[in-house]
Amino acid sequence: MDAADLSTMPSEAARRSAITRPKRSPDLMRRRIRIAIGFFSLAYLALVGRLVMFGMAPPTSGTSYDASAGLGTGRPDLVDRNGEILATDIKMSSLYGEPRNIYDPDEAAEAIHGVLPDLDVDTLRRKLTGNAGFVWLKRELTPLQQNKIHALGIPGIGFLTENKRFYPGGSTASHLVGIVNVDNQGIAGIEKYVDDHWLRDLHAAGFAKGEDLEPVKLSIDLRVQHILRDELQQGIDRYHAKAASGVILNAHTGEVMAMASLPDFDPNNPYNATQPDRLNRVSAGAFELGSVFKSFTFAMGFDSGKVTMNDTFDASHPLRFGKFAIHDFHAKNRVLTTPEVFIYSSNVGSARMALRLGPEGQRAYLQRFGLLSKPQTELPEVAAPIVPRRWADITTATIAFGHGIAVTPLQVAVADAALVNGGKLIPPTFMPRTQEEADKLAVQVVKPETSDKLRYLFALNVEPGKGGSGSRAAVPGYNVGGKTGTAEKVEHGHYSATKRLNSFLAAFPIDDPQFVVLVVIDEPQAEKQGMGATAGLNAAPMVGAVIRRAAAILGVKPRTKMPDGAILVSN
Amino acid sequence: MVSRADRSRFAEWWWTVDKFLLAGFVGLMLGGVILSLAGSPAVAERLGYDSFHFVKRHLLFFFPALAVLVGTSFLTPRQVRRVALVVLVVSILCMMATLFIGIEVKGARRWFNIFGLSIQASEFMKPAFIVIVAWLFSENARRTDVPGNLFALILLGIAVSLLIAEPDFGQTMLITIAWGAMFFMAGLPWIWIAGLAAAAVGGVFAAYVALPHVAGRIDRFLTPGTGDTFQVDTALESIVRGGWLGRGPGEGTVKRILPDAHTDFIFAVAAEEFGIILCICLVMVFALVILRGLSDSLKSDDGFVRLASAGLVCLFGVQSFINMAVNLHLMPAKGMTLPFISYGGSSMIAVAFGMGLLLALTRRGREPRRIVAKLASPIADASAATVA
Repeated sequence: MDAADLSTMPSEAARRSAITRPKRSPDLMRRRIRIAIGFFSLAYLALVGRLVMFGMAPPTSGTSYDASAGLGTGRPDLVDRNGEILATDIKMSSLYGEPRNIYDPDEAAEAIHGVLPDLDVDTLRRKLTGNAGFVWLKRELTPLQQNKIHALGIPGIGFLTENKRFYPGGSTASHLVGIVNVDNQGIAGIEKYVDDHWLRDLHAAGFAKGEDLEPVKLSIDLRVQHILRDELQQGIDRYHAKAASGVILNAHTGEVMAMASLPDFDPNNPYNATQPDRLNRVSAGAFELGSVFKSFTFAMGFDSGKVTMNDTFDASHPLRFGKFAIHDFHAKNRVLTTPEVFIYSSNVGSARMALRLGPEGQRAYLQRFGLLSKPQTELPEVAAPIVPRRWADITTATIAFGHGIAVTPLQVAVADAALVNGGKLIPPTFMPRTQEEADKLAVQVVKPETSDKLRYLFALNVEPGKGGSGSRAAVPGYNVGGKTGTAEKVEHGHYSATKRLNSFLAAFPIDDPQFVVLVVIDEPQAEKQGMGATAGLNAAPMVGAVIRRAAAILGVKPRTKMPDGAILVSN
Repeated sequence: MVSRADRSRFAEWWWTVDKFLLAGFVGLMLGGVILSLAGSPAVAERLGYDSFHFVKRHLLFFFPALAVLVGTSFLTPRQVRRVALVVLVVSILCMMATLFIGIEVKGARRWFNIFGLSIQASEFMKPAFIVIVAWLFSENARRTDVPGNLFALILLGIAVSLLIAEPDFGQTMLITIAWGAMFFMAGLPWIWIAGLAAAAVGGVFAAYVALPHVAGRIDRFLTPGTGDTFQVDTALESIVRGGWLGRGPGEGTVKRILPDAHTDFIFAVAAEEFGIILCICLVMVFALVILRGLSDSLKSDDGFVRLASAGLVCLFGVQSFINMAVNLHLMPAKGMTLPFISYGGSSMIAVAFGMGLLLALTRRGREPRRIVAKLASPIADASAATVA
């Protein structure tokens, strides 16, 4: 201690160094050591500073895959008008990997492959190798698969809870409800509508976690939907048809009560939903629907005053336009009255009727009926009609009986509702709508008197014993009225004699129509050898069957007491 | 407790040794055992050993290392010099032999096997080298007839050439820095310092140009994102993942993919599992040991003791700094262990040997008291101190 104390005295130190240290003073070394102390202090402070910097740094995005992103895709339930669930979310586990935390990708890949043999082991290995922070391995595992993988105890893999859409009704309302993709985003049908309309914005804003979303109520009735689809399927089987579609509309509100198109798909497993023949034929397919169009021809004739119930039309010979000739299918070869033209479905008669209005008049009316423009509905799958570019006299003549113009069945049903409900065209909807809301939207397209006349003709056409083409659609007690349509399909640029697109357009009860039913059946064959295959033999009875089963559910009371006092029993 | 009146060798040691430094070293060794539990099982499993292979071996070396630390600290400065000379000669011979009979690991011949232990001779060479260089520098300062500085330079040349032959760029750098620091502390004129600094820069540049793997490491440090920076990136990630408080013992996951998690990158593993706060504590322990060692050296009146102890502290401090700086991405990647903490049998005993020498050199009040016991005169005391 004494030595150290002495050395701090400069004069003493200098004196001693002069004696014993010829070259260097110990003070120089002490100064140098103090400099070294300074250096080390700075260096270690730098280490501490660096550590503090790391401590302040935000955590790396190693496993920071936003787990809520999976849950953020919650969707509202879709329910029918009675609250029956059409679509709902169920929670599923999805498997992900964190390759940077996996220290043996080979072993992990083999083990996962053992539980999920449908995954390719090489792909798995490639996914699990590397320095990525997050990679999906398999979406939507069953609870059993999840348990098995969990039991493997592989580090660096994990599960995220995701929402999976489930459709309890399977394919019952597939086209209408639509489908979602693996990220639970609506890509078709009302599911897509909900996304486009508000759900995507809600998700973007970070809301919509699922449970707190109000169910979306649709206008359809699941029971009626089932009946319609079931009858369409039976029709396809019975008449060996390629396809069938149908729609039931509320005539006063425009609500779609049921809509089906076969073949369809299972939205729970929509592997085949994009096949061309599985499109929604009701709204996304435009067809030359044939004679059902005659109802529009009659409506415009009556409404313009150019045709009355007492007029006659010469159908004794085909109508010639240059090298073309228009024939009648059920040719009577005589002069027909206005109702006869309707119930015998005379092409010549309706062509002559349309010619009285001329192309301009016809076009104006079709425009008013909404048949020349793309209809606006919630459903994203809507086709525009195919309208002739040149509208000559012959065009007018063929359009009069539904050829030369292709429209969607939904458009036809909507326009037909206007013809029977007193002349009000109401845009269709898949959401519930009250009478007041419908009245606000309604556009008067024909006079109420025109509507009365059409109803009379529709009724006449179905009424048993009158020889009308739609008599097989009659349902006792429900006063069905309707019009058949037997269209020849275009094949290789010509109208085919054997391939038909048959339809039946009906309303019931026809004295005060509540609902409009349209059924279209594609390429039906004769039920039995020797029988025909016209619409009256297949589409009409299918509509009859639908009404028989669905009318009571739709709340239409049967009138078992007929005016003559006889009591009818529904079969 | 040991009585102050006790005149046994142990009692004398107990009252003269710097217990603060001793506690620091033993604390670091114990910390090394605990961190070995965190860092080494993953590596052991990866190499196909049983999980606690390295932990067991770490413990196996813990007690010999402690014995070497304490045993060496009993030496007197004169004995320190002699032991260092013997160890230096033996280790240089071993290093020469290693070049021919050594085991090649990752492209370098640094180890040789003896009695089933793999020994890295350069680890033992370092502290002995420091002591001998300190002696040469101090002799140079004391006596004009001995060209101590020249011998020190020749000795550096021998050590550096042997290390480069292995090759071991990190140790070369460490030895050169320590040698330079000692030369600096010995009183090198500033003009020389500037010259040597230029030479050092030139040397690094030459290494950059001549040795591709050195160039690669420096390039990767300067331009992150190019080439393979897996080790350093992974180390950084484990530090950041740990956060302030760490993920908890055994909860680290990055260590599983971090190469050399039990040796060069033990610091990063410590950060992931025990947190940045503990790492700061670890840095503080190292810093305090270094500052204590240097201030101890200030107190000595003997030029050799002063220079040798400061040199040993520099060796220890620079090595620790480089290791932690690499872990924290403040320096290019360099294979350097963290003294007392990293796994490595011969390395741990060598560090214990070096720090035992430091403890021996920094024992205080020994000579004065012995002299006081003989001649109870302050004047005699002062004169005795100057010639000791």
